[in-house]
Amino acid sequence: MVVNVLSFYFYCHTKQISLKSTQLYVFYLCVSDHQDFGYIQTTSTDILKNFIQTEAVSSKPFSLFDLSNVGLFGAETQQSKVAPSVAASRPIMSSRGEQGGKNEIFVDVIERLSVVIGSKGVLMKADIQGEIRIKCFLPTCSEMRIGLNEELSIGKSQLKGYSSAVRVDECRFHQAVKLDEFDTFRILKVCPSQGEQTVMQYQLCDELPCAPPFQLFPSVEKDYVNRSVNLSMVLIFLKLRCDLPPKSTALNVSITVPVPKGSTSMSQELSSPDQTAELQPKNKALLWEIPRFPGGAQLSALFKVDVPGLSSASLLEVGPVSMSFELPKQTCTGLQIRFLRLSPTQTGLSQRWVRYVTHSDSYTIRI
Amino acid sequence: MPYLGSEEVVKELRRALSNPNVQADRLRYKNYITKVIRYMTQGLDVSALFMDMVKASATVDIVQKKLVYLYMCTYASDKPDLALLAINTLRKDCADPNPMVRGLALRNMCNFRMPGMTEYIEQPIVAGLRDKASYVRRVAVLGCAKMHSLQPNTEIDGTIVNELYALLRDPDPVVVVNCLRALEEILKDEGGVVINKPIAHHLLNRMKDLDSWAQSEVLTFLLRYRPRSDDELFDILSLLDAFLLSSHAHVAVATLRLFLHLASAHPTVQADALLRTSAPLLATCGAASRELRFAGLCHVQQVMRSQPGLFGTHYKRFFCGYSEPSYIKFRKMEILVELVNDENVSLVLEELRSYCTDVSPELAQAAIAAIGRIARTYSEKCLDILTGLLGLKQDHITSAVIQTFRDLVWFCPQSTAAVCQTVGACVDSPQDSEGKQALLWLLGEHGDQISSAPYVMEGYIDGLKTELSSAVKMELLTAAVKMFLCRPAETQDMLGRPLHYCIEEESDVCVRDRALLYYRLLQRGVEETRKVVTGPKSDPSMSVLTGRQEEPISEWASTFNTLGPLAGCDLCPQTDATSAADQPSCRAENELLPDVTLSSPDDTEEEISLSLGPPLSHETFEKMWLDLETLHRQTLGFPRPRAAPDTLQAALQLVKIQTLAFTPGDTVPWKAYIYTRSTETLILAELLQGDQQAPGSDESLVVSVKQQPVNQHAIRGFVSVLKSVLWPIKSKN
Repeated sequence: MVVNVLSFYFYCHTKQISLKSTQLYVFYLCVSDHQDFGYIQTTSTDILKNFIQTEAVSSKPFSLFDLSNVGLFGAETQQSKVAPSVAASRPIMSSRGEQGGKNEIFVDVIERLSVVIGSKGVLMKADIQGEIRIKCFLPTCSEMRIGLNEELSIGKSQLKGYSSAVRVDECRFHQAVKLDEFDTFRILKVCPSQGEQTVMQYQLCDELPCAPPFQLFPSVEKDYVNRSVNLSMVLIFLKLRCDLPPKSTALNVSITVPVPKGSTSMSQELSSPDQTAELQPKNKALLWEIPRFPGGAQLSALFKVDVPGLSSASLLEVGPVSMSFELPKQTCTGLQIRFLRLSPTQTGLSQRWVRYVTHSDSYTIRI
Repeated sequence: MPYLGSEEVVKELRRALSNPNVQADRLRYKNYITKVIRYMTQGLDVSALFMDMVKASATVDIVQKKLVYLYMCTYASDKPDLALLAINTLRKDCADPNPMVRGLALRNMCNFRMPGMTEYIEQPIVAGLRDKASYVRRVAVLGCAKMHSLQPNTEIDGTIVNELYALLRDPDPVVVVNCLRALEEILKDEGGVVINKPIAHHLLNRMKDLDSWAQSEVLTFLLRYRPRSDDELFDILSLLDAFLLSSHAHVAVATLRLFLHLASAHPTVQADALLRTSAPLLATCGAASRELRFAGLCHVQQVMRSQPGLFGTHYKRFFCGYSEPSYIKFRKMEILVELVNDENVSLVLEELRSYCTDVSPELAQAAIAAIGRIARTYSEKCLDILTGLLGLKQDHITSAVIQTFRDLVWFCPQSTAAVCQTVGACVDSPQDSEGKQALLWLLGEHGDQISSAPYVMEGYIDGLKTELSSAVKMELLTAAVKMFLCRPAETQDMLGRPLHYCIEEESDVCVRDRALLYYRLLQRGVEETRKVVTGPKSDPSMSVLTGRQEEPISEWASTFNTLGPLAGCDLCPQTDATSAADQPSCRAENELLPDVTLSSPDDTEEEISLSLGPPLSHETFEKMWLDLETLHRQTLGFPRPRAAPDTLQAALQLVKIQTLAFTPGDTVPWKAYIYTRSTETLILAELLQGDQQAPGSDESLVVSVKQQPVNQHAIRGFVSVLKSVLWPIKSKN
C-alpha cells in the first residue's frame, strides 16, 4: 500500500528533525539510511538514531498532530483547525529539570469520537477509535508494565453483568507488546524504544458508554422584516448543553451551522465576550466558536441571518450542525491507566506522565 | 542553473577549504562543507570544488564523510575524470576497520552514475557480500542490483545470482529481504526471483523477525509460490494466520491477498479469511490518516463485490464525517448504496438526504444520484426525498434530481406515474445542459403523462436560438418529434419551428443532419416515423443486471492490495453491461437505430423484433439460466448445422441473436447457449443435440427457451427466427 509507505515515511522524519535549512543535511543523513535504492531499510527510530551522529540536532519534541498536516491528496481543510491539541502536546516543560530533561516517558490515551445525533436528540451512530501511545525519552528502559482497568472487557461476548465495566469491541497491539498478563490482569508489558510508538489501538462501535458530550436544542424560524421588498431573515436559536462531569471542560469548541444559499449578513447575540461567531458565505455556513466550555454548563446564542428572497424550502438547508472540540483528561470509553511501572527501577529521576484526550473526529447533529 | 554571482561564492568557498588554518580547525572545516552542501541542494553549481571536497573525505568524522560522499555522488557524472580519483579514496575506505565506513563507502560508490563504473565496484561488492558486518552485507546486496541497473543490457552474472540466492539464508533479516529485492531487479527479464519450496518455507519461518515493510514485501513475493499439497497449503495458512490480524493495515491486507491466492480452490477458507480481516479493514476505514482511510474504503469496495453482506451490519461506519475530504465521501456513498437493505434503508436515506445540501455541488449531485440508485429498489421513499429537494430551487440540485428521474424511469417503469406528476408540477427548469437534456428526454418519452409538457417544450423551442449546446438541440428535436407523435394536436404548430431553424440556420452539422432526418421521416408519414422513433420506454431487464451480483473472489483477488482498487482501473466485465445503460447520452442515439424487423417465413402473421442490447456476461447468463424456468421446449426437426462456429455465430448475429458459448466440434451432446432481447424481454435459449436424457434429441436439435419477463408472443417469434436462420445453414452442408 503506497499510501501507507508514504505516510509512514513522513511519520518517521517529522519526528526527528525540525526542517531548518541549516539542518537540511540531517534529513539526508536520515533518509540515506532509511532507504537505499528506493527500498526501505529500516523504520525503527532507534536504529535510525544511531546513524545521525551529529550533535547539532535539536530534536524537537514531536507534536502528535504534525502528521495531520501531511496531506497526499491536497490541502487540509478542517482537520488542521481541529487538531492542534493543547492537551496532548501541552508543554510539561516547566517541571523539566536540567538533568531530568531526558528522563521522561509519556503515555497518552487518545480517543477520536465520531457521532451522529438524530433530529430528536437520539444517538444514531457513535464510534470511538482509540489508541495508547508512548513517547519515550528515557536513555535506557528494559521493560515497562502498563496496567489498564481491571474490568476492561473486550468484544461483545464478554459483557459482564454489572454496568461499570469498560468495554471495547476490538483491540490490536504493537507486535513488541507482551500479552502474557493481559488476559488475567490487563497488564501490557512493553520495552519502549526511544521515540514514539503506538502500543495499542482499540475501537468501540455503535455504543457510547457515557452520554454524548454535547446536546443541541435548535430552533429555526423564518421572519420577514419587510414583506414588500422581500427582505427576510432566518432566526437560528441554538441552545447547547455540555454533558460532561462538572469538573471537566471542553476546549476549542466550534459549531458550524449551514445557512441558506444567498445569505448576505448576520447579527448575533452571544452570551459571553470570549465567544465569536462569523458568517462564511463561501461555505454557506456560520461558525460559532467557544474557547472554553465547562461541563454541565449551558450556552445559548441567537443568530439572525439575512437572506434575500427566502422561500419556505430554504429552511431545509439549515442543518445538519457539525461540531469539533477536544476534551482533555477525558476518555469516552472510560479506559484508564491504573499504573505505569518501570522495571528495573531506573537510577535517577524518571518522570512518568499519563495523559488522556478525546477529539471529535466528526460530531454531527441533525436539525 | 548557475545563479548570478555563483563564481564569487565558489571562489570564496575554495579559498576557505584550502586554507590550512581552516583545515586544522575541525569544526570550521565541517561548517564550510555543510555550506557547500547547502549551496548544492539549492541548485548552485559547486562542482568546481570537487578536488577540495575529495580531500575533505579523508577524515574520521562519519558525518563529514557522508556529506562529502553525497557531494561526490551528485557531481560524479559531470566530472568523470576527477571522479576516478575519488574512487581510489572510496576503495580505500571499503577496507576500513569500521563497518560503518565500509558500508558507507560501498553504498556511495555504487551510487556513482558513470559509465565504466562496473569494473571498479565489482570486486568491492563481492567482498562486501562476504563481509562479517551485516550493515555492509545489506549495502553490498543492493549494490548488486545497482550494478545491474548501470548496465541493463549485459548478461546476468550467474555467480552473483547464486551468491544472492545463498544469502537468502543470512541471519540478518534485512539482508534476506534485500536479497529478494536485488534478485527481483536483476532477474526482471526472466520473471523475477524464483520462490521454490525451500525458499518459501524459509521465508515463512523468518516472517516474525522482519519489520512490517519487509513482511508485506515478502508476502507479495510469496504469491509466486504454489504449495504442492493441501497439507502444505494449510500448514502455510496456519503459519500466516496471526498476520491476518496484524496491527499494520498493510501487512493484514497483504496477508489476506496471499490467503485469497493460495486458497483459491477452497472458497470456505477464502470466506473465512475475509470475515476475519473485515475488522482490520473496517478499522482502516476509520484510520486517522485520510490516505489510509481512502485506501481502506477502496479495498472494502472490492471485497463487497463478492461478499456484499459482509459489511451490512456496519453500514453506520460508512456515514461521512463532515470534515472528510470529498474523495472519501464519494467512496463512502458508493458503499452505502451497496449496503442498503430493508432494515437500514430509512436511516441510510436520511443520511444521504443530509448530504444533498452540501456546499460542494459535486457532492450534492453524487448524493442525489446515490438516492436514485436506491430508488430502483425502494422507489417510494426515495421519490419523496427527491421531490422535496426540488423545492429547494437550486440549479445544481434541480438538475441532478431531473437526471436521476430520467434514469429511474428507464430502470423501473413502475415509478413513471409518480415521476411524471412531479416533473409536471416542477416550476423551474434546470439551467445546465445535462439537466436540460434529461428534462427534454422525459418530456418527449412520457409527454402523454405530463399535462404541461407542450408548454414547457414551447419554452425551450423559443429559446433555441440562444441555446449553445448542440446536445441539447438534438435532444430537443427528438423530444419534439416524439411529443408530436403522442400529442399531435398541441405540438403540430411548434414542431415546424425547430425543424426549420435547425435545417436552415444551424451551423452544427450533427444537429442539421438530425433535423433533416426527422424532416424526411415525417415526409414518409406519421406511421413510418412512429415505427422508427418510438422504442421501448424502459428496460426493466436492466435492473436485473444492475442488481447485486456476487462475483467470484478470483475476479478481483489479483488486483487486491495493489494500486488497482485505488485507481479504479480494474474494470470488471460486468461494468460493460451496465455502462451502456448508465450513459444516458448514448441512449438517445441507440433509440434512433431502427430495430431489425424480421418476418418469419413459416407464420407470416407473427412479427417480432429482436435486438442485441448490452452484452450479458457469462456469470449473469449462468445465474439467470439457473434461476429461470424453462418456458418452451421444441424439437426443431433438423440436425444441428455442421458449419464452422464462426459462420454460425455470424449468422445468428445477423438476426440479432447473441451467442454465448458452444461445445466445440463434434462433441456429443452438442450444446449452444444463445440470448437476445425483444420488446421489454430478455430471451435465453439452449440448443441441444445428442443428449441421452432429452427425448428426441438424437436426430434433431432441441431448443429450450427461458425468458424474463414472460411474453409468449416473443418466444414464438424467437423460435421461428431461429429456425429460419439455422435451416439454410444446415442445408448448405
